[in-house]
Amino acid sequence: METEVIVFLILAFVAIGSAIGMIINKNAVYSALFLILNFATVAIFYLMLGAPFIAMAQVTVYAGAIMVLFLFVIMLLGAEQLKKADKGEWQKPVAILFVVVLIVEAVYLIFGGGGDLLPMINEVSEVGDPISLATKLFKEYFLPFQVTAVLLLAAMVGAIVITKQDKKS
Amino acid sequence: MLYSMDDMFNILPTVIVVAWATALILVEAFLPKKYKFITIWLTVLGLVVALVAAINQHGIEAEAFNGMLVVDGFSSFLNILILGSGILAVALAVGYNKRFGFDRGEYYIMMMFSIAGTMLMSSAADLIVIFLALELMSIPLYIMAAFYRGNVNSEEAGMKYFLLGAFAGGFILYGIGFVYGATGATGLSQVVTAINGGVDSPTFLLVGAALILIGLGFKVAAVPFHMWTPDVYEGSPTPATAYMAVGAKVGGFAALIRIFVVAFPTLSTDLVPILWGLVALTLVVGNLVAIAQKNIKRMLAYSSISHAGFILMAFLPYGDAAVFKSSVAAALFYLLAFAITSFGSWGVVIALEKSEGKGLLLEDYAGLGRKYPALGVAMLIFMLSFTGIPPTIGFAGKFLLFKAVMEGGYYGLAILGVLTSLFSAYYYLRLVIIMFMKSGEPNIVSDRWVTLVTASSAVATVVLFMVSTPLFAWAEQAVLKLF
Repeated sequence: METEVIVFLILAFVAIGSAIGMIINKNAVYSALFLILNFATVAIFYLMLGAPFIAMAQVTVYAGAIMVLFLFVIMLLGAEQLKKADKGEWQKPVAILFVVVLIVEAVYLIFGGGGDLLPMINEVSEVGDPISLATKLFKEYFLPFQVTAVLLLAAMVGAIVITKQDKKS
Repeated sequence: MLYSMDDMFNILPTVIVVAWATALILVEAFLPKKYKFITIWLTVLGLVVALVAAINQHGIEAEAFNGMLVVDGFSSFLNILILGSGILAVALAVGYNKRFGFDRGEYYIMMMFSIAGTMLMSSAADLIVIFLALELMSIPLYIMAAFYRGNVNSEEAGMKYFLLGAFAGGFILYGIGFVYGATGATGLSQVVTAINGGVDSPTFLLVGAALILIGLGFKVAAVPFHMWTPDVYEGSPTPATAYMAVGAKVGGFAALIRIFVVAFPTLSTDLVPILWGLVALTLVVGNLVAIAQKNIKRMLAYSSISHAGFILMAFLPYGDAAVFKSSVAAALFYLLAFAITSFGSWGVVIALEKSEGKGLLLEDYAGLGRKYPALGVAMLIFMLSFTGIPPTIGFAGKFLLFKAVMEGGYYGLAILGVLTSLFSAYYYLRLVIIMFMKSGEPNIVSDRWVTLVTASSAVATVVLFMVSTPLFAWAEQAVLKLF
C-alpha cells in the first residue's frame, strides 16, 4: 500500500508537471513531447488501477499514433522554429541522473524480483483485461458504444465539410 | 443478452433519425449537383417519418438498453417538440443557404445528427449516455455555426462555440466523474439508490452535481455561463441560430430536468439557493442587456438567455414532491411556447437579412408594418408572445410558470420574473414601435418556405393559446412517470 501511494505521488507530480510544461512551452515540439510524457504517465495510472488493456491502448494509440501525427503536422507547418537561446547544456547531468535511476530500477526489478511492486502489477482484476472489456463494451455498454460511433461519424463529416474547398472558388 | 430488438423498437424515432442521417451522407455524396435539392426533401421526409413514429409511441413506457434509456411521456413530448423544430429549421434554411451560397446538403445531415443527439438526451437515464448524447447534439451545432465558409463572423462563431462548448463538456464529464466516485454508479436509478443508502462523501456528490449544473447551464445559456451566446447567435447563419436557440435549450433542459429530478432530489436543499441566484442573474442580465442591443440577432440572443432564466425558474421547486410535477410541466410548456415563437421571429429576421450582415439593425425594421402589414403583424404577435401578453402562447407559458413557482413558495422569484417581464416589454415593444410608427423602406426577400414558417408560427402562437389547457394537460401527463 505504501509503495502504491509513493508511486502515485511521483506519477501525479510528473503528470501535472508535464501538463504545465506542455502549456507554457513556446516550442510546439517540446509541447508535444511533454504531452507524450503526460500520456505515458496516465497510462501507468491505468496500469496501477488494474486496467492493463487501457494502459496499452493509451500508449499505442495516444502516445504513439496520435502524437506522431501531431509532430508530423507541427513539422510540416514549420511551427517548431525556436529562437536560439538555450543550447541545453544543463540537460546532460539531469539526463545522466535519470538514466542512473532507470538502471537501478531495472536491476532492482530483474534481480530483486520486483519486491512489493510485482503483486501490484499482478493484481489485474477482471475489470481491465481485453475479454472483460469487450464483454462490457458490447453488452452492458452497447448503446454508449454505438452512440460514440455515430458521434465520431458526425464529427468527421462535419470537419471535412467546413474545411473542404469549394471547387469553383 | 442484455439488449434485443425490443430495445431498438423502443427508441425507434431516434433509430430512424440516426439511420436516415447516415444513409443521407452517402446519398448526398453520390447525387449529381443538379439534384442536390433531393437531400433537403429526404431530410424533411426522414424527420416526418420519425415524427410519426414518435407520435405513435406516445403513451408507451419502457426501458431500453439495460436501463440506459427511458421511454416515457417526458421523452416523447420532447421528441415531438424537437422533430417539429427540425422541420421548421429545415424550411428556414433552404432559401437562406442558397442565397448566401453555402447550400450544401451536409447542413441538413448535421442537423439530423444534432436532432438525434437531442432525442437521446431526452430519454437518457445514464450519465455516460447523457454526456455522449450531449456531444452528439453539440458537435453538429458547432459545424452549423461555422457553415458559412469564408465569412469571418461565422467562422468565429463556430470556433468560439466549439472551444467554450468543449470546455463546458469537460465540466460535465468532471462532474460525472465526481458523482461516480461518490456513488459508484452512472445509471440515474443506481445513483439514487446509492444516495438513499448513504454515501461516504456527500461533498463529492455535491461537487459533481454542481459541475453538471455548470456544464448544462452553459448549454442552455444561463448567466453567468452565457458569454458565448450573443457572439455565436450573431455570427452563425440565421437558420442555424434559429435551430440552436431551440435545439440546445431542449436538450440542455431535458438532461437538467432528468438528472436533477431523478437522481438528485435529496440535494435540493443545497442546490436551491444556487439555482435561485442563477435564475435571478439570468433574468436580470438577459433582460437588461437586451435593452442596449441595436442588432436584432443580438437582441434575440439576450432574449433567449432571459427565456432560459424563465424555464430554469420552473426548475427551482424540483425537490418538492408536491409541486415539482406541475412546475416541470410548466417548463415543458414554456419550452414549446418559446420554440414556436422563436422560430417565427427568426423567420422574420431571415426575410429581412441581406448579405454582409445588412438588414439586421433595429432601424432596418422601420416601416415594416406599413409596407408589409402581414409580416409586421406576425412579428408583433411574436414580440407579444415573448413579452407574455395575451392572446399568445407566451402569456399562457408565463402564467403557468409563475403559478407553479408560487405554489413552490418562491414568491420573491415570481415577483422578479414579473418585473423583468416588464423590462423585456420595453425592448420587444420598441421593435414594434419601430416597425409601425417609424417610416422607412425595408425590402424583404421573398422565400415561400420562410413565409410559411412565419405565418404558421404566428397562427400557432395565437391558436395554441386558445387550447393551452389541453396542451398543458398533455405536458402534465408527460411528467407523471418521471419519478
